[in-house]
Amino acid sequence: MITTNTLIKKKLVIAVTGLNAIDSPGPGVAVIRAIRESPEFDLRIIGLNYESLEPGIYLHDLIDKTYQIPYPSAGTESLLHRMKYIHQIENIDLVIPNFDAELFSFIKLREELEKMGIRSYLPEMEQFEARHKTVLYKFGKKHQLMVPEDRLINQPSELMKAAEELEYPLVIKGKYYDATIANTLEEAQKAFFQLQAKWGLPIIAQKFIKGTEINIAALGDGKGNTISVIPMRKLYITDKGKAWAGITIEDPSLIELAHKFIKATRWRGGCELEIMQSATGIPYIMEVNPRFPAWIYLTAAAGQNQPATLVRMALGETVEPFRSYEVGKMFVRYAWELITDVGEFQKISGTGEL
Amino acid sequence: MKFKKNIATSDTGYIFNPGSGDSFSSNQIGTDLLSFFKEDKSRGEIIRLICAKYEVEKIQFEKDLDDFITQLRDHNLLEN
Amino acid sequence: MEKLRYERPIIRKLNAGLVNKFGTQARSEVVSHLEGASVKALIREYGSPLFVLSEQQIRRSYQNMSRIFKTRYPKVQFAWSYKTNYLNAVCRIFHQEGSWAEVVSGFEYEKALGNGVPGKMIIFNGPDKTEDQLVMAARNDSLIHIDHFDELYTLLRLSEEFQLKPRVAIRVNMDTGIYPKWDRFGFNFENGQAWNAINKITDSDRLNLVGLHCHIGTFMLDTNAYAIAASRLCELAWRIRDKHGKTIQYLDLGGGFPSTNTLKGSYLPGSDTVPTIDQFADAITSVILGFGFSKEELPLLILETGRAMIDDAGYLLGTVLANKRLSDGRSSTILDIGVNSLFTAFWYDHKVSPAQEGGQYTEETVLYGPLCMNIDVIRESVSLPLLNKGDHLVVHKVGAYNMTQWMQFITLRPNVVLLDHESHPKLIRKAETIESIESQEQIPEHLLINSLS
Repeated sequence: MITTNTLIKKKLVIAVTGLNAIDSPGPGVAVIRAIRESPEFDLRIIGLNYESLEPGIYLHDLIDKTYQIPYPSAGTESLLHRMKYIHQIENIDLVIPNFDAELFSFIKLREELEKMGIRSYLPEMEQFEARHKTVLYKFGKKHQLMVPEDRLINQPSELMKAAEELEYPLVIKGKYYDATIANTLEEAQKAFFQLQAKWGLPIIAQKFIKGTEINIAALGDGKGNTISVIPMRKLYITDKGKAWAGITIEDPSLIELAHKFIKATRWRGGCELEIMQSATGIPYIMEVNPRFPAWIYLTAAAGQNQPATLVRMALGETVEPFRSYEVGKMFVRYAWELITDVGEFQKISGTGEL
Repeated sequence: MKFKKNIATSDTGYIFNPGSGDSFSSNQIGTDLLSFFKEDKSRGEIIRLICAKYEVEKIQFEKDLDDFITQLRDHNLLEN
Repeated sequence: MEKLRYERPIIRKLNAGLVNKFGTQARSEVVSHLEGASVKALIREYGSPLFVLSEQQIRRSYQNMSRIFKTRYPKVQFAWSYKTNYLNAVCRIFHQEGSWAEVVSGFEYEKALGNGVPGKMIIFNGPDKTEDQLVMAARNDSLIHIDHFDELYTLLRLSEEFQLKPRVAIRVNMDTGIYPKWDRFGFNFENGQAWNAINKITDSDRLNLVGLHCHIGTFMLDTNAYAIAASRLCELAWRIRDKHGKTIQYLDLGGGFPSTNTLKGSYLPGSDTVPTIDQFADAITSVILGFGFSKEELPLLILETGRAMIDDAGYLLGTVLANKRLSDGRSSTILDIGVNSLFTAFWYDHKVSPAQEGGQYTEETVLYGPLCMNIDVIRESVSLPLLNKGDHLVVHKVGAYNMTQWMQFITLRPNVVLLDHESHPKLIRKAETIESIESQEQIPEHLLINSLS
């Protein structure tokens, strides 16, 4: 039989989380779209969902089969148990987790999953923890990266002192998710109690920086090399602070910042730097998300398909850093009603599989 | 107590209320009970049938049956 | 025809936001036996609720922790923290393993003596030591850890008066970057209080300063805080050597290591997030070893670990009293376990397992205790198989603090059994009776007349 290797597509089973392509979207569907676009793979995509109305579950042309997995709060043991079950049916080659709250568990289980044959391409626990919101300011200081000053708040009475030192408006942030801008002590206290109930302590009170919101999607190889960087300027922001439209831009200082971050952390995998560029042009790192952003498909559209590249790197291929991308590529997110049947909803809700 | 007539039940334990759009799931014994309700079986007969099929004391089941009916009411699955 | 296993009928709304049974599989795993002893049989014999402690687990925890520290540092001594669990049988297991005693009251001090601990192996901590107790401890050559200046002056006076030279340490508090700061105990490092106290002691010549002590907090999740604490104590020891030419014999890093329980309000379970003992040991020993002491000068490292050694070894067995549907449709279960016996339910989301096979279905349930008090809640929400009246449950990791902080409120404290090295149950504390409680009461004569009969 005569074939050449180049003609054989790699058969791959990839499991992806974050299928909640809703108004505050998870990146899963975009990651799958980008990977599917890469011609070199013969794919079977397994969706991993938490809730039965995550739209990705019902996108059968993108996702071959979906399994429900336990919430991170159930512990790694539950997750491992469920992954074993799914793996035994699906023989997963690679898992791409996309939720902040679940990354701790997947990083913790990395070796065990790898032993089972499930690869992943994630940062080390140390890198993951170092960019955590609660220590980001310290992290920035250590690596000469600009991060707005903040205070960790454990009781509401500490808000007054934080406000005196940082001045209103303050950005009040939850440990994992959510942030609101507070202009008065009352607003700050209200936010404190809401965030505490939802995500626990501490709460972060951060100095407000006025400027232009820019996000950077970057991919590191774990050795300090940056494989891809795409900066995106938000053109339209929803009331939840998410980009509804955005455009790739050219700004060497942003590319340099991403290189600096990845070099300092020896970051492995995808990440998103949330930047606030002040009026004087200083890019402040507001947050580092340890996974691809929801707008990650734009990287593929601009010529640096980060999800597909991550797949190749996870499989052990050596990948050359991208050199260029298309500036001025835009995305406009749109809402579109997917039609399904109550039977599908019942099946995923009741059996945890669809 | 009257179970709403238009409620769709399946053998696998799914229930769909077309009036409200709500879906439910139930365990085996719950599914049994729903089919008895649909057949308009009397309370006495239901208790007899269940106690014959399952390992349960009558008094325990009667209490749980009342609780089940409370649940159905909470979920708006009974005729007013 | 054989009858089917019964399960309560339930109906559950399929909701986008609900965790279904896949979300909680690991939590409702059945625990019908503890080290081979049947839960059902234990309850049949000793009643419900019932505390069960595992001797094997206690010894394993001790030996494990001891190995972890001793493979990293040449001189290590554990002192059993009595307040964590002072049932004599428990204390004696630790003493058999080689633990000294760490006590914080005259009551505990007497218990330690009663358990055969030599006076010189008792560490006397805490802000409340009476003059009599101080003199007794000094005569027994115990290690007195001074908490405040009033105590320091009292001890100086007593030493003069009774011609004693007790071995002492001071408790030091410091900013280790954690919240809350435990600055109410001991002498502060940053503001110079600790150094003042040290000077006072060394100048007096009536007290023999042999050690330095700290205890930075409880259920500590930050290993770095211990590194800071160890480094502060080393700094003080170094200065004492420099300024006063005196070698500090030991550094007591106190307790505070967490167990793997899940603190209320934390998003991820404790079993995933709590640092390992190896990490704490690395943090502490690397600081002391790297500080510059010569091999001969290296101080003895004392640890007063309580919770992390005993929590896992304790179980509380209980029974379902009733199921009740709440006004908002939620399901609730009333147990015979209340916060009177499970005090730690205020701090933790305890892991609760059913003790018998249940069906596939689970239900989100509130677990209430039996007390007539609204705060008597064991779990605000837990996913369990459908429980029936009379079913048994096992609450895990209850070995620390419950058997010392339990309350007698409106009922009596239950039996405590120890599963010995062969997993045979041994009663180590009998359930209280009305007589054991009332034996302390006295009725004034004029109240003996009963006018209701």
